[in-house]
Amino acid sequence: MALAVPLWAKAPCTSRYARRYAPLVTMRTTPPTKTEEAGRATPGAFADVTTSASTLRRFLHGLPGVDAVGLEARAASLGTRSIKTTAKAYAIDLAISMIDLTTLEGADTPGKVRALGAKAVHPDPTDRTTPRTAAVCVYPDMVATAKEAVAGSGVKVASVATAFPAGRAALGVKLADVRDAVAAGADEIDMVIDRGALLAGDYLKVHDEIVAVKEASGSARLKVIFETGELSTYDNIRRASWIGMLAGADFIKTSTGKVGVNATPANTLLMLEAVRDFRAQTGVQVGVKPAGGIRTSKDALKFLVLVNETAGADWLDDHWFRFGASSLLNDLLMQRQKLATGRYSGPDYVTVD
Amino acid sequence: METPASIFAYAPAPESRSVVDIAPSYGLFIDGEFTDAADGKVFKSVSPATEEVLSEVAQAGADDVDRAVRAARKAFEKWSALPGAERGKYLFRIARIIQERSRELAVLETLDNGKPIKETRDADLPLVAAHFFYYAGWADKLDHAGYGADPRALGVAGQVIPWNFPLLMLAWKIAPALATGNTVVLKPAETTPLSALFFADICRQAGLPKGVVNILPGYGDAGAALVAHPDVNKVAFTGSTAVGKEIARTVAGSGKKLTLELGGKGANIVFDDAPVDQAVEGIVNGIFFNQGQVCCAGSRLLVQESVQDEVLDALKRRLTTLRLGDPLDKNTDIGAINSAEQLARITALADTGEAEGAERWSAPCELPDSGYWFAPTLFTNVTQAHTVARDEIFGPVLSVLTFRTPDEAVAKANNTQYGLSAGIWTEKGSRILAVANKLRAGVVWANTFNKFDPTSPFGGYKESGFGREGGRHGLEAYLDV
Amino acid sequence: MSDARLSVLKTYKLYVGGKFPRSESGRVYEVTDPKGKWLANAPLSSRKDARDAVVAARKAFGGWAGATAYNRGQVLYRVAEMLEGRREQFVREVADAEGLSKSKAAAVVDAAVDRWVWYAGWTDKIAQVVGGANPVAGPYLNLSTPEPTGVVAVVAPQESSFLGLVSVVAPVIASGNTAVVVASERAPLPALSLGEVLATSDVPGGVVNVLSGRTGELATPLAAHQDVNGIDLAGADAGLAEELEIAAADNLKRVLRPQAVDSDADFTAAPGTRRLTAFLETKTVWHPTGSLGASGSAY
Repeated sequence: MALAVPLWAKAPCTSRYARRYAPLVTMRTTPPTKTEEAGRATPGAFADVTTSASTLRRFLHGLPGVDAVGLEARAASLGTRSIKTTAKAYAIDLAISMIDLTTLEGADTPGKVRALGAKAVHPDPTDRTTPRTAAVCVYPDMVATAKEAVAGSGVKVASVATAFPAGRAALGVKLADVRDAVAAGADEIDMVIDRGALLAGDYLKVHDEIVAVKEASGSARLKVIFETGELSTYDNIRRASWIGMLAGADFIKTSTGKVGVNATPANTLLMLEAVRDFRAQTGVQVGVKPAGGIRTSKDALKFLVLVNETAGADWLDDHWFRFGASSLLNDLLMQRQKLATGRYSGPDYVTVD
Repeated sequence: METPASIFAYAPAPESRSVVDIAPSYGLFIDGEFTDAADGKVFKSVSPATEEVLSEVAQAGADDVDRAVRAARKAFEKWSALPGAERGKYLFRIARIIQERSRELAVLETLDNGKPIKETRDADLPLVAAHFFYYAGWADKLDHAGYGADPRALGVAGQVIPWNFPLLMLAWKIAPALATGNTVVLKPAETTPLSALFFADICRQAGLPKGVVNILPGYGDAGAALVAHPDVNKVAFTGSTAVGKEIARTVAGSGKKLTLELGGKGANIVFDDAPVDQAVEGIVNGIFFNQGQVCCAGSRLLVQESVQDEVLDALKRRLTTLRLGDPLDKNTDIGAINSAEQLARITALADTGEAEGAERWSAPCELPDSGYWFAPTLFTNVTQAHTVARDEIFGPVLSVLTFRTPDEAVAKANNTQYGLSAGIWTEKGSRILAVANKLRAGVVWANTFNKFDPTSPFGGYKESGFGREGGRHGLEAYLDV
Repeated sequence: MSDARLSVLKTYKLYVGGKFPRSESGRVYEVTDPKGKWLANAPLSSRKDARDAVVAARKAFGGWAGATAYNRGQVLYRVAEMLEGRREQFVREVADAEGLSKSKAAAVVDAAVDRWVWYAGWTDKIAQVVGGANPVAGPYLNLSTPEPTGVVAVVAPQESSFLGLVSVVAPVIASGNTAVVVASERAPLPALSLGEVLATSDVPGGVVNVLSGRTGELATPLAAHQDVNGIDLAGADAGLAEELEIAAADNLKRVLRPQAVDSDADFTAAPGTRRLTAFLETKTVWHPTGSLGASGSAY
């Protein structure tokens, strides 16, 4: 009973959203085929949802509401899980392997990016058993440098794009930004959505832009950043999650790290519920990436608890869950050293970035 | 390498037992002293999670009740004459000492009761301290409480409390009694006497005058003797409705002021526009908090038929993540049932549910070999006519019923002899207010469940009892008004 | 006018569900003044009449409890108005019933009228006085509100047949309860006449039901009735009160015990709020509030 027994085996239930939506569209009665799911933007079950602004709007407004107090209470209660001994050692390595080690500064230089790449490949020079991070995350013009720095290591290169972080540019500019990054070898694209459009209620614009970026990304995996701190309400975050998933996002991501409120336990929990529900209804799994503000091992472990108890163990893998972070890595490394040696480590025993 | 699923099965994280030092034996606490029972009887207090004997406790009888009431009577004159500010300061002291010793008391309560440390640590103990802190402040403000100028204490309060929240129920009883100037004889439940005896030690540390608080561990006979004692002026009882009725008969004609906080069969109503994920949490909290051994538990789930499948799927998925086991483990969600007797009662009622044709589903979990355990259980296809929809089970068993319209939801929710609690889950504000208005229950939680606060009056309608505990309202029970 | 004119006597009837039935038992008993002079035959109600009265009171409860407090206040004030108009009749009936002089009886009736006015003014204030917001430690709005208990059996005072009666009935219905009243056994006529006033005062049928007869015979089944939620024992002697309290425990009725303050002399004293709050339940409702948006709460 301790662990989630996935119920995914059962046929996706006819969801309430689907039922509410039934008068609007003809629901398919057969499960989507594998090929349909893989390549297309909108999974079969929801194909008609995105055909017009009004259908999309009605669908999103039919999603169940979020009670803020209840959501935050649940996130806080999961935060009281106590992770010890073997589970802690495993979780620390898992967290390291899930990091998108990030530098997104105006002052980034090739030297800085190379240092970051080296650290991603060998996070702890004193202990070669330390897992590599999942990726390095840089601006598009640093992709080539980063690519070189991590070559052959299995560490991916993620590039922010689409006029990150504000996203306030013409679509053509955003797409050119994406194509540049992909051309430079980016394995993953971290795009920002048009928060203004979402807040203005123009959901289809947000959706279509993601579809366009997805197309421009080619084979690179697409992470869609909502900037949850700007969406302001949990209902908006849930709607944004569904827009992103319907538009073909491979990951949904909380934040740019550039605003006051970044990843929180509550907004991440909410997005985990979204990907859980989406897979239950479509069979399509989408990853989650909280970013910004996660600085300590303790916090990271609590996010892993959120994953474990909300989306389930299937997401406990760097293919499906990432941390957008930089200073988090050093804290994880110090904790890792402490577990190995029994002594508390200090900042002199990990590398500065 | 092991799969993530198995390796992330949180390693045990037990709270240290060494913070609490349980003596091999305890006496009755009368007139500031620990003393043997007049007839020398003792009983054992057992840890329900392991069946280990924790301590041997003196068992009060009628003679001891008399002795304790006399001590309380003797102490009453001075205690009630103390300036309110001074009484208040004793209560503030007690609140602070409880905060200081809260980890010790949490572990003790978990050992003696079987509930998870997560709950004693995060719910019981903070509420206990808060309750004393709250009523401490009333002691010198009774003139302003709305019960007229200079309201008087009643005298000796005889208080009988249950085993589900041993220390919290003690706080609910003792804090307002002392703040208003009464003295107290309190009988804790026979399965959970230890935290009350530790409280006696806290009274000593706080320098509380002798005889103001007397603690009599014992069985129902001691409780009966206490409520029947002619020199008791006030009876307060929390427990079963059957015993509550017996007490009401006993005190009839005596003029003793009576408050009763009894059973319930709370309806948790989920409408089709509910915030589903939070509703599921509320349902879980409503019936599995403290293993469902809660008088205000949301033991009837009334779910709108149009979302039944969706809610039940989500609920079952959530229940598979509950962790049942060692109550001292910080990650345990579901602890032990308090006693073999209670386990037998839950088991019998669950069996009745099945025999009457309701569909039973239990979360897949392994139950420990020793101790008293019951897996979180749902009954579906339940109607108003089923025993599991009417009788209080007082265990981790949820009966699921459906409704079609708000009117039907209210009618079904109110169709019970009880009236303690109810829950409403909907995103529509006007519906919350309309439904809350029509529910015949003393506490209604809208889009939340099982929340408590010392400022918030708690108590039932109908056969869930009468009188309120908590808040300004809670003073009335202990004042001659 | 001729002295020979024979006056028209009133047939006193029960007041149940807004109607004026005779006792289903078909029986009556003789009511006299304190000196033994025959005044009238009053219905000798049976347990079945008591049962019917409870049904009527239950039926009326939802509407009366659900009426706005302002509306209930106006209705109670209307009772005072109607009573004032029938002042002479009640002065005569109270004088006869209690053996009072005209002027003393008039004082009693005036006090009774004023009592209705007192409670009329309370209907929309009591919730503010005894309820309110509780400052709980958490992101919740928490409100306590008084609500009526339900159907209340009222054993009316035996001696103070009218002021005592009004003093116990008015507070019960002011807060939204409905009442089944057992009138003073010896002096039931003012109570039965009050029914006529209530019937013409916009008090919905069933909100107040008046039975006359043997107090013990009527109060006992009411105290045991599972659909009665509360009982006021004002008019029960010590022995009966204890018996009724024991019976009331079967469904945990709220019991208002007879107290020294209920003695007849004291019905002239200011009533306070004790009776008004005796049959109120406190309902506390929790609402999450939290922050306006997805705030930055972090671990």
